[in-house]
Amino acid sequence: MYVRTALRAASLGLAVVIAAGSAGAQTPKRGGTLTYMIPADSAPSFDGHRETTYATVHSAAPYYSVLIRVPPNNPASTTEFVCDLCTEMPKPTDNGKTYTFKLRTDVKFHDGSKLTAQDVLASWNKIAFPKPGTTSARVSYYTMVEKIEAPDDATIVFRLKYPSTAFMPAVADPFTWIYKKELLEKDPHWYEKNIMGSGPFKLVSFDIGQSIKGARNPDYYHKGQPYLDAIVGIYASKQAVRVDAIRADRATVEFRGMPPSGRDQLVKELGKEITVQESDWNCGNIITPNHKKKPFDDVRVRRALALAVDQWKGAPALSKVAIVRTVGGIVFPGSPLAATKEELQQMVGYGPDIEKARAEARRLLKEAGAENLKFVLTNRNVDQPYKFVGTWLIGEWKKIGLEVEQKVVPTGPWFQAMRTGDFDVVVDANCQSVVNPVLDTSKYLPQKVFPESYGGYDDPKSIELYNKMLYETDPKVQRVAMRAYEKHTLDTMAHAIVTPYWFRIVPYRSYMKGWKISPSHYLNQDLANIWLDK
Amino acid sequence: MTVIAPAGAARTGLIDDEPELKRSLFRSVLNFVRRQPLGTFGLAIVIVMFGAGLFAEWIAPFDPEEIDFSAMMQAPSWVHLLGTDQLGRDIFSRLVFGARTELIVGFSAAFAGGAIGLVLGVSSAYFGGWFDLIFQRVLDVLMAFPLIILALAVVSVFGTGVQNVILAITIPLIPRCGRVVRASALAVREVAYVDAARALGFGHTRIVLRHMVPNVIAPFLILLSAFVGQAILAEASLSYLGLGVQEPVPAWGLMLQGGAEEYATTAPWIAIFPGLAIMLAVLGISLFGDALRDAIDPKLRDR
Repeated sequence: MYVRTALRAASLGLAVVIAAGSAGAQTPKRGGTLTYMIPADSAPSFDGHRETTYATVHSAAPYYSVLIRVPPNNPASTTEFVCDLCTEMPKPTDNGKTYTFKLRTDVKFHDGSKLTAQDVLASWNKIAFPKPGTTSARVSYYTMVEKIEAPDDATIVFRLKYPSTAFMPAVADPFTWIYKKELLEKDPHWYEKNIMGSGPFKLVSFDIGQSIKGARNPDYYHKGQPYLDAIVGIYASKQAVRVDAIRADRATVEFRGMPPSGRDQLVKELGKEITVQESDWNCGNIITPNHKKKPFDDVRVRRALALAVDQWKGAPALSKVAIVRTVGGIVFPGSPLAATKEELQQMVGYGPDIEKARAEARRLLKEAGAENLKFVLTNRNVDQPYKFVGTWLIGEWKKIGLEVEQKVVPTGPWFQAMRTGDFDVVVDANCQSVVNPVLDTSKYLPQKVFPESYGGYDDPKSIELYNKMLYETDPKVQRVAMRAYEKHTLDTMAHAIVTPYWFRIVPYRSYMKGWKISPSHYLNQDLANIWLDK
Repeated sequence: MTVIAPAGAARTGLIDDEPELKRSLFRSVLNFVRRQPLGTFGLAIVIVMFGAGLFAEWIAPFDPEEIDFSAMMQAPSWVHLLGTDQLGRDIFSRLVFGARTELIVGFSAAFAGGAIGLVLGVSSAYFGGWFDLIFQRVLDVLMAFPLIILALAVVSVFGTGVQNVILAITIPLIPRCGRVVRASALAVREVAYVDAARALGFGHTRIVLRHMVPNVIAPFLILLSAFVGQAILAEASLSYLGLGVQEPVPAWGLMLQGGAEEYATTAPWIAIFPGLAIMLAVLGISLFGDALRDAIDPKLRDR
């Protein structure tokens, strides 16, 4: 049944569409194969601890378990978390500094071995305290964690340095997959190229650049799930291919999100056979100049780049053709911690008078000796919205006399370029899972604190302002602290340009049931509760 | 005895030759038009394409890269002759500037691939023996891959961008040219003047470049015209796959990529006009190449 209703949760700016009337009341049917499209050429690696991309989550999440997660039936919730491997949600003790999770004892890895607290401990130590030579993309989420212990095979204890409301949302991060300790000890990089977890599906095959196939895990600990017999993820970076696949019923869904044209086309042609769920998206492109390269080491040049961009005119226009919608700062718009329009307009790159801003940009470039600057904008080979955003920005920069060449590369080399600093300016993305602004904004910290920050700058003041905001427990004072951190990041130092936030549109075959949209394409992707009504 | 022609007579002769030359050229052109109507049509397309590429700044009414959000996906009109794309850019202007990109890529790749193939092909025929044997096997390996597959492989190694696309198309063209040219050069190798050049002690380079290459130039030129069409098509294919020229550079294949995929039903002009331009360009170059072959090849000339 086709439903296209968007409900905005005003307090957090979330929008959730409740699909198809009484889908939740129906009894799930067993069997069938879900074929879904993965809008990428491939996953850069299968290691969720290391990666930050949907290409990894959509490929491998169905094969793994996590400690806790957002409720599969209400994944848009920012306050509610439920157990996956634990038996009940812990209550903090020791003045909010200790969290003790009791684990299920009936969980097996896909190789038949038992999953114990030692595996959870090894995985979480890899995430929170990565050893030299390994990368944990979200290590800064866990700065409040002092140590993790496993007093017995069914208990895992997190001891914090200080109480933090950001802790539980951070533990619910969907990338925190539980790996087998024995494999990690043999080779900490083993999980980059291999998959072996305890999730609802077992890996059957992976053909690079083509597909990844899984079969139902008969030993799955959430009894009765998964409902599907098999899953097939097909890699297709071109939108036309994905739309055609859904139109022809060769695939059921693409979980990441489609632009308005894809939705309109499918709805127009297939009517009630298509259901659409929509949501604001805790995701956006950030434009990062390489501070280690001249002239981007000069704040005047970085500010000029920001000043040239007309966000207020660009966002509504781009939303007609691309998956972007809302102008925002470093905090997800609609969050109580987010800047208002008036507050945004006080910062560089958000002013209401674009001509004045561009005149200032030209002045700054001249002053910095960077008039007629030429540089390369490195971008990801993903149409939506990367290439649209990249092309739009090049047009905006041209208006202040800059000549920019766009270099589009596949996902792997894109990450490689950012990690090695081999770029002038890059179209990066800050896509988060659970809406948790206190941690989501750690992306703008220097790389020594947040490994997936690629600007190549060191900025003690930024860390100081962030920590002030992080430790603050009074919401009003914390909001003021967030403004100071935001102003420093986007205006004073112009470390990055935040482009309009994304808007998630997921059209799918109406016979797919049990899946709920969330403000993140990373959440709720283990596919355990999806079933096919056909 | 030395006979010196009167200065006036010589001058008179020169003055008389010019109209004769013009008349002869005019007759040749007229003859070509009469005998090769399709080739003439092809030539006309090539000339239009050249004109568009060379004088794009004067022909295009808009900046091809200028985004105009107030004119997104407008149908063809008097303001925007061929409509606008999803970012409000004028399609006619992008096509005109796109012709330049196609010409740069098409001719650069065809000439570079052809020239290298020509020298290698002639050298292979001239030296023969092990060099010829090994070189031909290398060509066999390269020719086992379709042009676009080999170009894709090269792009994946070197990356995207105009220069890399030219390189990607040049490499697959080299063996195709080398093989054909070698066949012609094998016959030339046996003629007396090559033996004479050898007997006079000329070096290999001089014999290959001065005596053999000019004698295989006719089939080479015909091949070259085909290569230009193939290169344009390959560039369009690479750009369509997102591996060629990148936005916002106007290129026909790239124009097809965004528009054809998303707006084929709602704004078909975004896809139709670049597609038409690619088709006409390749058709024109192919027709002209065929006619050129008929005109140059003595066996076909009198048909």
